[in-house]
Amino acid sequence: MKMKATLVSGLVALSFGASAAQADTVTIGMITTLSGGGAGLGVDVRDGFQLALEQAGNADIRLVVEDDAQRPETAVQIAERMIQSERADILTGIIWSNLAMAVVPSVVAQDIFYISPNAGPSPLAGANCHPNYFNAAWQNDTLHEAAGQTANEQGYTNTFIMAPNYPAGTDALNGFKRYYQGELAGELFTQVGQTDYAAEIAQIRASGADSVFIFLPGGMGISFVRQYEQSGVDLPIISAGFSFDQDVLPAMGSAALGVINTGQWSPDLNNDTNIAFVADFQEAYGRLPSIYASQGFDTANLILSALNTAEVSDQDAFRDALRAAEFDSVRGSFAFASNHHPIHRIYVREVVEVDGALTNRIIGTAFEDDYRDIHGENCSM
Amino acid sequence: MSLALFIEQLLNGVQFGLMLFLMSAGLTLVFGVMGLINLAHGSLYMIGAFFCAAAAAATGSFWLGLVAGLAAAAAAGAIIEITVIRRLYDRDHLDQVLATFALILILSEGVRMIFGPFPLYLNVPDSLRGTIDLGITQYSLYRLTLIGFGIAVAVGLWLLIARTRLGIRIRAGENDREMIAALGVNIRVLYTVVFALGAALAGLAGALVGAIQSVQVGMGEPVLILAFVVIVIGGIGSIKGAMVGALMVGVIDTMGRFLLPRFFATFLEPSQAMGVGAALASMLIYVLMALVLVLRPKGLFPAHA
Repeated sequence: MKMKATLVSGLVALSFGASAAQADTVTIGMITTLSGGGAGLGVDVRDGFQLALEQAGNADIRLVVEDDAQRPETAVQIAERMIQSERADILTGIIWSNLAMAVVPSVVAQDIFYISPNAGPSPLAGANCHPNYFNAAWQNDTLHEAAGQTANEQGYTNTFIMAPNYPAGTDALNGFKRYYQGELAGELFTQVGQTDYAAEIAQIRASGADSVFIFLPGGMGISFVRQYEQSGVDLPIISAGFSFDQDVLPAMGSAALGVINTGQWSPDLNNDTNIAFVADFQEAYGRLPSIYASQGFDTANLILSALNTAEVSDQDAFRDALRAAEFDSVRGSFAFASNHHPIHRIYVREVVEVDGALTNRIIGTAFEDDYRDIHGENCSM
Repeated sequence: MSLALFIEQLLNGVQFGLMLFLMSAGLTLVFGVMGLINLAHGSLYMIGAFFCAAAAAATGSFWLGLVAGLAAAAAAGAIIEITVIRRLYDRDHLDQVLATFALILILSEGVRMIFGPFPLYLNVPDSLRGTIDLGITQYSLYRLTLIGFGIAVAVGLWLLIARTRLGIRIRAGENDREMIAALGVNIRVLYTVVFALGAALAGLAGALVGAIQSVQVGMGEPVLILAFVVIVIGGIGSIKGAMVGALMVGVIDTMGRFLLPRFFATFLEPSQAMGVGAALASMLIYVLMALVLVLRPKGLFPAHA
């Protein structure tokens, strides 16, 4: 469970003792989930991130990766170790919002930059926003708000909604309800990491709903979709892309076909950066990239773009360089709002089968390019 | 709340309980006969699921996969017993916990090296897809089959222990290890057989449940915790206790998740009731365990009463 992988890019490893070279090296600490039910997410973020670093070929960057095993206390320990003994300048990588809430506030308070490739809990976008915290993925509510909007467009008027009981789950249901205009047939919190959904599916069956909204990332989604298919309940599922992306689709199988979900990215997104990214990722790792891999890739390119114009030791200049976000995002358009969360377009996607493999394709747009999250209003930056 | 929903939830609870029984039977047997705490029991569950998924993908048959999962878990159990566990019988429980915890790490990492970090695909066999009409409610045919499997294994295990020579030796081993060794029973072989039997039951549970859950590294640990709750409630070392404890945990957990939010909704706001209900429901079985420990410190059916 405790896997430590240290990737030293370029020839930095050979320059021990050369103090000048050491001083110029930027250390990026990646705390992510590489074991357990959430491992697929962390592996994809890491692989996307590493792909961008390899393509950049910047020999002054040292990446240290450690597995948090999806445990907050482990993540806190790793963060301390990375700051104290690895002398990390920038931290990144956390997948789960409960871990981010445990780690990020203390990290940014120590004048370390934290760039999130995934988790975007609402407090960090609002009242607890911080000059050293950037989110290169999304604010948690975003994709769920888009799902609520899409539920309206699909004509659903009585949706049953369900998410795990942790910060991102609360954000998910709040986000969905913010845009959804119909009635709720029921509302449920499940346990994080829950594997059996029989009790929940029975309630969906009895609720008289016309559709189901779920937020169940990683293995939770696989378990739910498999059991849902066997239960004979035949209501359409609507979801955010987290529960229906490349990390879980092969394991879900045909049960996931046709599910409408939302995402800031899709493998078929038609821009040069993304076409190259999808091809390069497939060549490097032999599988299709997931939404998480795209976020890891964007996060690395954001950091690289800032390092090109500023030294990380000059915190104000580096912060401005991050804020400018002058990199080619796989999403096409990308900019930061004042709370350091993305302004971007959100797509509606559908799970389809292409050449025998399940994947997503874009079928519409939920929010246009100028979408930004609601919590920025509470951020004083 | 309709009767149909209530019955369906009850069936869900029983099904969950019976799968927990498969897990806890092996755990309690190993503890009862060898006095060994085996934290790596959840890893054997994972091995059963992974080999079932791999074999099912290769052959296209879930049933062949099930046999493969069962065999792989039993073989892994026997190998682990011979190479590691055998050295632990005379040590105290802390050493056993440390060594078997190390086994969890090794087996999880090993499975990840062989099968990769992403969950595997394993689906229900075609013949068991869909639902069956029980008159009052529709119920998943596969879950009903799981109930059947659980009952069949429970009966089989009872027959094995109560009616066969091996069963007599197992019971004798529980009562007095030195004496049956003195009587000329090869205690080493007996221990290996019991450990492999427990592993096979865990592997069977993993493979059966894997078809409706995510076959992923670390899938055994949450179940392992529940299995420990079951055997503490039932009385460590007692198969009957494991059965009763598993059914109690299964039904109470399922019903709690279903009824508690509804109960709080009668006097709280819906979203608040949902949060409080869900939080309390996840604690319910531990509250039950604490209660049992207060009233019957050795569990409901203590093996060495």
